[in-house]
Amino acid sequence: MVSFTLNNKSVSVDADRATPLLWVIRDHVGLTGTKYGCGAGLCGACTVHINGKAQRACMTPVSEVEGAKIVTIEGLSPDSSHPLQKAWIAEQVAQCGYCQSGQIMKAAELLAANPKPNRDQIVRHMDGNICRCGTYYRIIAAVERASKEG
Amino acid sequence: MNITVKAPTLSRRDVLAGIGGLSFYMTLGMDGARLFSPAEAATTDQKITPWVRIAPNGTITILTAGAEMGQGSMTSLPLIVAEEMDADWSKVVLEWAPADVEVYGYRAGGGRSMSITGSRAVMSYYPDLRIAGAQVRKVLLINAAEKWGVDPASLKTEPSVVINPANGQRLTYGEIAAFGKVPEQLPAIDAKELKPKSEFRLIGKSMPRRDIPLKVNGSAQYAIDVRLPGMVYASTLHSPVHEGAPESWNDAEIKAMPGVIGTVKLANGIAVVAGKFEQAMAARKALKVTWKKAQAAGFNSERALEQDYAKVHADPAAKTSTVDSKGDAKAAFAGAAKLFKAEYLSDYGYHAQMEPLNATVRFNEAGNHAEVWDGSQAPDRCRADVAQALGFKLDQVTVNQCFMGGGFGRRSLSDYTVEAALIAREVKRPVKMIWTREEDLAHGAFRPQSFQCLESALDAAGKVVGWRHCIVGDGGALVTGGMKIPYYGLANQHIEHRGVSHGIRLKHWRAVAHVFNIFAIEGFVDEMAAQQSMDPIDFRLQRMAITPRAAKCFETVAQMCDWKAKRPEGRALGVSISERSGSLGAGVTEISLDRATGKIRVHKVWLAVDGGTIVQPDAAKANIESGIVYGLSSVLHERVTVKNGVVEQSNFHDYNVLRMSDMPELMQVSFIDRDAPPSGLGEIGNPFIAAAVANGFYKLTGKRLRHMPFTPERVKEVLKA
Repeated sequence: MVSFTLNNKSVSVDADRATPLLWVIRDHVGLTGTKYGCGAGLCGACTVHINGKAQRACMTPVSEVEGAKIVTIEGLSPDSSHPLQKAWIAEQVAQCGYCQSGQIMKAAELLAANPKPNRDQIVRHMDGNICRCGTYYRIIAAVERASKEG
Repeated sequence: MNITVKAPTLSRRDVLAGIGGLSFYMTLGMDGARLFSPAEAATTDQKITPWVRIAPNGTITILTAGAEMGQGSMTSLPLIVAEEMDADWSKVVLEWAPADVEVYGYRAGGGRSMSITGSRAVMSYYPDLRIAGAQVRKVLLINAAEKWGVDPASLKTEPSVVINPANGQRLTYGEIAAFGKVPEQLPAIDAKELKPKSEFRLIGKSMPRRDIPLKVNGSAQYAIDVRLPGMVYASTLHSPVHEGAPESWNDAEIKAMPGVIGTVKLANGIAVVAGKFEQAMAARKALKVTWKKAQAAGFNSERALEQDYAKVHADPAAKTSTVDSKGDAKAAFAGAAKLFKAEYLSDYGYHAQMEPLNATVRFNEAGNHAEVWDGSQAPDRCRADVAQALGFKLDQVTVNQCFMGGGFGRRSLSDYTVEAALIAREVKRPVKMIWTREEDLAHGAFRPQSFQCLESALDAAGKVVGWRHCIVGDGGALVTGGMKIPYYGLANQHIEHRGVSHGIRLKHWRAVAHVFNIFAIEGFVDEMAAQQSMDPIDFRLQRMAITPRAAKCFETVAQMCDWKAKRPEGRALGVSISERSGSLGAGVTEISLDRATGKIRVHKVWLAVDGGTIVQPDAAKANIESGIVYGLSSVLHERVTVKNGVVEQSNFHDYNVLRMSDMPELMQVSFIDRDAPPSGLGEIGNPFIAAAVANGFYKLTGKRLRHMPFTPERVKEVLKA
């Protein structure tokens, strides 16, 4: 049994301790907004917050999150009201959308630490997250909008 | 678990309250769209979901046949219906159309198709959906006219309201739905009755996409997200050599592993089924399989491309097929004042869609019906393929469409869905099968590699009078698309293909052959211009018998980028045509080069596009920008190589795709205004990139890049040569 907090709820799962957190969240708990992209920490589609830090759930064994506070895209806001979610809609960012949960979670980490990032800081922070539809411009625009509109 | 994408302003209660009202059944017949009455619909054998439903509360439900892989056509297609209906878009709710090609397919050749490929969704459905929308509007007008005792021709509409201009009387579409009838004899629509462009309220106006709110909070359902009671998980291991069949494997050892329910032998792989995905993954890792020898055994892609293909081209006895032929190329070359010749190469490419291939399948208890959850670019084909693999009739298979985490052509092939169906039948439980990223790449279906030779004959005035283009490559139409040059009216042309066969799996890939053919064609044109000391755009306008439509693209992009203006030190522009799915464009890139590392940087991109009527400009622009990024990525980074029959790349560390820091500072897309039906836009963004970059590279260095992609290693070699 591994216990942790997931989107402000206590969760205990009976999974092998080596199981990647990604599959625990998706299959054991049933929150599917966090995506599988590469399984090797290379694309960022599985990005979640662990104790406030954006981490790759596909590379995190569940045993490492005992007692941790985890937030997924479903827990970022109860009603899509996080400034980034609003900005993502305003800027019409998503295309296929598959990477966007990870993109938003990664961007949320940035704004929490640095509410007014410049363009260069945004790019450096987001560079590990692949978007195969190439929505990068609109991601930058949405982060800037969220930063401005708070 | 059908996905209903609802308008954000409407609640579920609104939708339920709307039961009753007017239903419009429609079929896209070979002679055009045709509505038919509910009575008529009830007499057909098929179960038909009405295409348009108007509820008394005003809610309008419109089916969308636009498989959604990010391009936005799930919103654009019903919007076309809503436009001609004059519907209030805020009251429109979308639902996926069932995978029933006879009812929901568009006309294609002599049959019908629901395949959303080649960026053709809007262009294929546009004429029929407009007629259907106009027919719905006419029925509403007839009902209102009857109620008021006036001539329907005297009435007009505003969004979701019929108005009598004579006395100001109004009836909303919902009010009409409460009493109205769909007549037995439906009104015909003449093309002249369709709205003129000037009266469009939705087309050309950039309405927000309906899928985006679902994609910011994790609620959009992709196939990989499907969860069914009693569902188990499958992971597959495919033959490392394409098309290899499994011979034997350590079955007993695998079946003894924790959670493992069974193994299933597939045509080219072994599936392991377990209670949890991580258990299936662990068992997959422990699989030891011996494979039968396949055609691709021992294949070396670099040797084939760099040595063997040139021999096929040089071999007078090689089997050739003509792609296009005009005039007398032989005579033109014999009488030429000047001849040019150049060879171009392009590597295999992988789709790298973000969602690895997966599907979920459940059988009914009797085992004679399969329900499939898939994100498919061709749900009709998926249904047929699954039925065929199972020995079922079509009506024994239901396909539930899901959002796709990228398609790019890969999801028009249902090989993986068929596997999931066979596995689920064998283990008699609902199964979710997920390919790992490594499987997705190694067992990919690639954009083919190719060798091309171009030759031209110029007359004494320097005009191009003869054109020869030969391609050597595997995959038939997958290598010949984009070889024809309808934008250059050269009098004497001979275009041909010489086939090879390697047993490597191949498939459509965003614009497929247009990518490497336009690279070769437009790189070669640039070579001719440079040799004549001419500006490459002037050369095209004056020496290539260019069509007015193509000339307009070049003139527009020249203005956009201020073509003749001096660039900053160390930067240069390159230009190329772009062409795909009826659309035409001309694009320019501004690049610089780090000579020490061989890294090319693309700073700015401009593209002028003639795509006819643009239904959703903002979404269209996003789609084209996506194509540009896809093009930059493939041109600068992406290559698949096969050694000893085995794909050498395995994940995003060795199959590099473009990341945010690689993005140009500027991407500008402009549409050329032309009152013509829409043409495809999703694949006009990438075919020009390779030649534009290579031509700019020549301007910077005096050297030619003739092998795609332009990786730093390759660039350094070219600089040294």
